[in-house]
Amino acid sequence: MRRIVVVGASAAGLAAAETLRREGYDGTLTLVGDEPLAPYDRPPLSKQVLAAEWEPERLALRTADALAALNLDLRLGVAATGLELTGRTVELADGSALPYDGLIVATGVRPRRLPGEGAHVLRGIGDALALRERLTPGRRLVVVGAGFLGAEAAAVAWRLGCEVTLLEPAPVPLAHAVGAEVGEILTRAHRERGVNLRCGVAVTEVTEDGVRLADGELVDADEVLVAVGSLPNTEWLAGSGLTVGDGVVCDEYCAAAQGVYAAGDVARWHNPLFGTSMRIEHRTNAAEQGMAAARNLLAPDAGRPFAPVPYFWSDQYDMKVQAYGYLRGHDEVAVVEGGMADRRFVAAYRTGDRLTGVLAVGMPPKAIRRWRQAIAGRAAWQDAVRTEVPVTEVS
Amino acid sequence: MKVELEADKCVASGQCVLAAMDVFDQDDDGIAILLADEPAVELLDDVKEAVAVCPAAAIRLVEQ
Ligand SMILES: Cc1cc2nc3c(=O)[nH]c(=O)nc-3n(C[C@H](O)[C@H](O)[C@H](O)COP(=O)(O)OP(=O)(O)OC[C@H]3O[C@@H](n4cnc5c(N)ncnc54)[C@H](O)[C@@H]3O)c2cc1C
Ligand code: SF4
Repeated sequence: MRRIVVVGASAAGLAAAETLRREGYDGTLTLVGDEPLAPYDRPPLSKQVLAAEWEPERLALRTADALAALNLDLRLGVAATGLELTGRTVELADGSALPYDGLIVATGVRPRRLPGEGAHVLRGIGDALALRERLTPGRRLVVVGAGFLGAEAAAVAWRLGCEVTLLEPAPVPLAHAVGAEVGEILTRAHRERGVNLRCGVAVTEVTEDGVRLADGELVDADEVLVAVGSLPNTEWLAGSGLTVGDGVVCDEYCAAAQGVYAAGDVARWHNPLFGTSMRIEHRTNAAEQGMAAARNLLAPDAGRPFAPVPYFWSDQYDMKVQAYGYLRGHDEVAVVEGGMADRRFVAAYRTGDRLTGVLAVGMPPKAIRRWRQAIAGRAAWQDAVRTEVPVTEVS
Repeated sequence: MKVELEADKCVASGQCVLAAMDVFDQDDDGIAILLADEPAVELLDDVKEAVAVCPAAAIRLVEQ
C-alpha cells in the first residue's frame, strides 16, 4: 500500500493518520479536511471555550511540530465531494482527484437545524466564539434540546449570568439515553439554579424574536441555540456504492468495503461486545476507532474486531457525569453505589440478562473501574450487582 | 523520552491508566497523575497508546 487517504481532519482522522505512521506505513498519507484549521478538539467548545476560559488556540490536538512529524499531504479547507470505489479515487471540491490504495472515512456529523433563521448551533470553533460573544449577563438564551450538549451550554450560560430557558420535546430529558431517573437527577440541577426547563414542548420554528412552539406560543429570546442532535456527513458518498444508513455502515472490523474503513461519529459498525450495530458520538470513541480502522486497513488478514466499551463524560455545573458501556435500549437501571439524592452515585444498566452500562456522578474513578471491567467481561447482571448492600431499583 | 501531562486539560477519563497502568494513575477527582515521567523503554508503546487515546490531548511525549 503506497497511497492512503483519510477524509476528515479531526479526532478520528488524526488518530487514524498517527496510527498508520506508528504502525510503520511510510507511503503517501493525505489528510483532507473541509475546515481551514489544523485538527482541534470539540468537547471544550461547550465548556471552557463557551465560558471564555480558554482561547481556541488551546484546542489544537497536536503541536505544529508533532503534525509536521507525521509527514502528511495535508489538504485543509477543501471538502471531499465524491468517491469512486471501483476506480479508487476521492474527488475534491477544488477539482482534483486523489487516487488511493486505502481510504479512511472520518467526516463526523453536523448539527440538525430547525426551520427559520438566526439560531446558533455548536459544532465548530466559529460557532462557539459567535455564541460566547452573545452570552452577556441578563441576555435571554433559549436552548432547544436538553441533551448533553444543550445542557452543558445552558449551564455555562447560567454561570455567565444569562436568563436561560431550556426546551425539551421529551417528557424527561435524556430518558432515552440514560433512563428517566438519571435524567431527572441531572435536570433537577438546572431547575435548582433557576434555569427554566420546560419538557414536552415541540419547537416548530426559529423566529426573529425567539422560537415558536407547536401550540403557537412564542418563547421570547435574544439568542437561540439549537442542540437537537446531528446528522452524519455522508452526502459526499452518495452514489459511491458504500452502504449509508444513519452513518457509513461497516462490519465489526470498521470496514465499509475492501480497502475502505470508517471511524468516529460518522461510522456505524457492528460492536461484537454488545452484539449490535452502533454509531457513537463520543470523543474517546473517535480516537479508538480511528486507531482500530488504521490497523485493520494495514493488516486486513490479521484484522481485529473493534469491540470497545464506549465511554463519555459531560460537565454540568459542578457535576461530572461519566458513563461506560452501551446504555441505549436498556431494560433496567439500579443504583449500585452511593445515592441519587446527593448526586454521588453509580447506576448500573441491564439489557436482557447482562450488565451493559454504568453511569457515575461525583464518584472517584476507582469506584467506577471495576464496573467498566465487568462490562468488558460481559458480566451477567445477577453476578455484577450482587453486593452486600441491597441495590435500589429505579426503573 | 519524557512524558508531559497538562493536568488542567485532563477530563478525568482514565483512558491513560487503562493504556499504561505503570505510568499513569488518577487522583480522587480523577485527574491524571504521572507515576514516571521518564518511563522505561519497554513502556513506551503503552505510553504512545495513552497519548493517542487521551480524549483531551493532555499527554505528550517529548524527545530529549
Ligand atoms: C460542543 C461539543 C461538545 C462535546 N462534548 C463531548 C464530551 O463532553 N464528551 C464526549 O465524549 N464527546 C463530546 N463531544 C463529541 C466529540 O467531540 C465527537 O465525538 C468527536 O469530535 C468526533 O470526532 P470525529 O473526528 O469522528 O468527527 P468530527 O470531530 O465531526 O470531525 C469530522 C471532520 O470532518 C470534516 N468533514 C466533514 N465532511 C467533510 C468532507 N466532505 N470533506 C472533508 N472534510 C469533511 C468536518 O468538517 C470535521 O472537521 C462533543 C462535541 C461537541 C460538538
Ligand atoms: S486519558 Fe487524558 S483526559 Fe483521561 S485521565 Fe488520562 S490525561 Fe486525563
